[in-house]
Amino acid sequence: MSIINIKNLTKIYDGSGLEVVAVNNINLEFAKGEFAAIVGPSGSGKTTLLNMLGGLDRPTSGEVVIDNQNIWELSSRKLTNFRLKNIGFVFQSYNLIPVLTAGENTEFIMHLQGRSKNERQNRTKELLEAVGIGDRLKSRPNKLSGGQQQRVAVARALASKPTFILADEPTANLDSKSTETLLDIMETLNKTENITFIFSTHDARVMKKARRVITLVDGKVDSDVTK
Amino acid sequence: MMEKWNNDLYNNLKFNNMIWSISWKNIWRNKVRSTVVITAIALGLTAGIFSSAFFTGMVNQRIKQAISNEISSIQIHDPKFKETTEMVNYMANAPEISDKILKMDNIAGISNRIIIYSMVSSAETAAGVKITGIDPNRESQVTGISSKIVDGKYFEGVSRNPVVIGKKLAEKLKVKVRSKIVVTIQDLDKNIIGGAFRVAGIYETPNTGFDESNVFVKSSDLLSLTGLPPGAAHEIAILINDNDLAFSIDQEIKIMFPDREVLNWKEISPEMSYMTEAMGLYNYIFIIIILFALLFGIINTMLMVVLERRKEIGMLLAIGMARLKIFVMVMVETVLLSLTGGLVGILLGGLIAKHFETNAIDLSMWAEGYSQLGYDTLVYTSIEAEQYAVIAIMVVMTGIIAAIYPAYKALKYDPAEALRIE
Repeated sequence: MSIINIKNLTKIYDGSGLEVVAVNNINLEFAKGEFAAIVGPSGSGKTTLLNMLGGLDRPTSGEVVIDNQNIWELSSRKLTNFRLKNIGFVFQSYNLIPVLTAGENTEFIMHLQGRSKNERQNRTKELLEAVGIGDRLKSRPNKLSGGQQQRVAVARALASKPTFILADEPTANLDSKSTETLLDIMETLNKTENITFIFSTHDARVMKKARRVITLVDGKVDSDVTK
Repeated sequence: MMEKWNNDLYNNLKFNNMIWSISWKNIWRNKVRSTVVITAIALGLTAGIFSSAFFTGMVNQRIKQAISNEISSIQIHDPKFKETTEMVNYMANAPEISDKILKMDNIAGISNRIIIYSMVSSAETAAGVKITGIDPNRESQVTGISSKIVDGKYFEGVSRNPVVIGKKLAEKLKVKVRSKIVVTIQDLDKNIIGGAFRVAGIYETPNTGFDESNVFVKSSDLLSLTGLPPGAAHEIAILINDNDLAFSIDQEIKIMFPDREVLNWKEISPEMSYMTEAMGLYNYIFIIIILFALLFGIINTMLMVVLERRKEIGMLLAIGMARLKIFVMVMVETVLLSLTGGLVGILLGGLIAKHFETNAIDLSMWAEGYSQLGYDTLVYTSIEAEQYAVIAIMVVMTGIIAAIYPAYKALKYDPAEALRIE
């Protein structure tokens, strides 16, 4: 059963009178527990599609239905709250808060959700251990390697217990070893906890790991292959 | 419904603790920049507090000096005397009044005075003065003239008709100790009469205007010269242990002697009261000007902060942080930054003001100008605890005002756009 349903999704950027169709009438469905990669050359519309899916970029037309709710019908305040409760984000450049430790960065989103101190602390510990950096709980981002920072970002994305996780080029800034480790962690979490992961990527290693690969060309789905 | 509301409130309060903690840490991300802003605020407020304490101290000393040397805490007159200053408007029962008042609490001293406005002349020249007839011992409990003698002695060394005059008047009349001066007055029958007095002592107060126009003689000498009945007085001057008590003791005296005019020092010399109020206002205006200038520095800094953290704010919006919380976070950071500078400034300014509370600032370089205005050339600073509280509130208000525009900018960021920034 699908948890995400994209219907006739189109995004047209209108800059200085020049219209650019970034995403052109895309229809897709994602089921619970998928490990999918959206691939394609630069400018093919991967990030735009992910942003519309994550409730960050308003589509020109079409629908994004998550758990039977068209998220673009929600008010701005409700959409923010929807993201907080349902969507986990992993960004290319980690985007951790530099003044907070790995533990505090992971805990932050649970603060936003109003979780109890006990729950926050237990889950933070559990998640950082799951991503293999349980010993770096009190380290600030500048004391962590790129790979470790991205693992904190994954832990943060999981902390809110989201319906699915959107990862925009998560391995683009990582070396081979860190990429391998991160992909293994995400794959394990996907399999053991049945968490849905949707990536946008250029990285062949991610494509290899993904069980479904959707290729975009010029804003359209060129192929959609499930392994 | 109520339970949900309580839960929301509880969650918000919990999150607010997190906001305070992050905001405080954020201030120290760019230590140099924050230190520069904090130093600017601290120095501005140090200067503001010191100048407030300096001018308040100066005014307080002027008031204290005026009360102890010139006007006393409370004065009692015949109702017509203040208006006409005519000799006939005396209080025949002055000794009875002063005896009753002496029995009240908090009375430091009381002096019955005969007051006549007249001319004094020396062999060289003449001057218009106020002649005050006093009992020297009782007067010395009310005013400090006896301790301000710079030449001769306080009513000693001259056996008949001694007079104590100010240094400025002595210079004007070109007289010295033991010189003779003639006082020309009208007696009760309005006849012009003259009396010869000999200078026993010359006093000097910080107020040269007072020194030039006030002459003290024994009231017994003035009684015999004017023909006023024994015990008569135009003024009863009272010194209170604590000046603030003057405003309650005067009411008690008014009830005791309803047919007399009883005035406290603010009523005797309203300009003193205006001076205190005006100085308080000027001090706040001065600090507002300082804070207004600092306001733009804080706005500029916070705009830079918000611009630098655009991507981070975009991330916070993306993961689901409400825009209002982003707004509050920037506000709190700005207020904390301002308050840190403000508290350092208040502490520094307070310490400097405290030091000069007991170690006078010497303005003798400009002594002449100050003493003509009645101000002492040694200034002891003075600042009320209430002023610190008002200044601290003003700093917080400045922080809030400075935060509005940068926080609004942060609020308006589009998360998708902000996250695209490299």
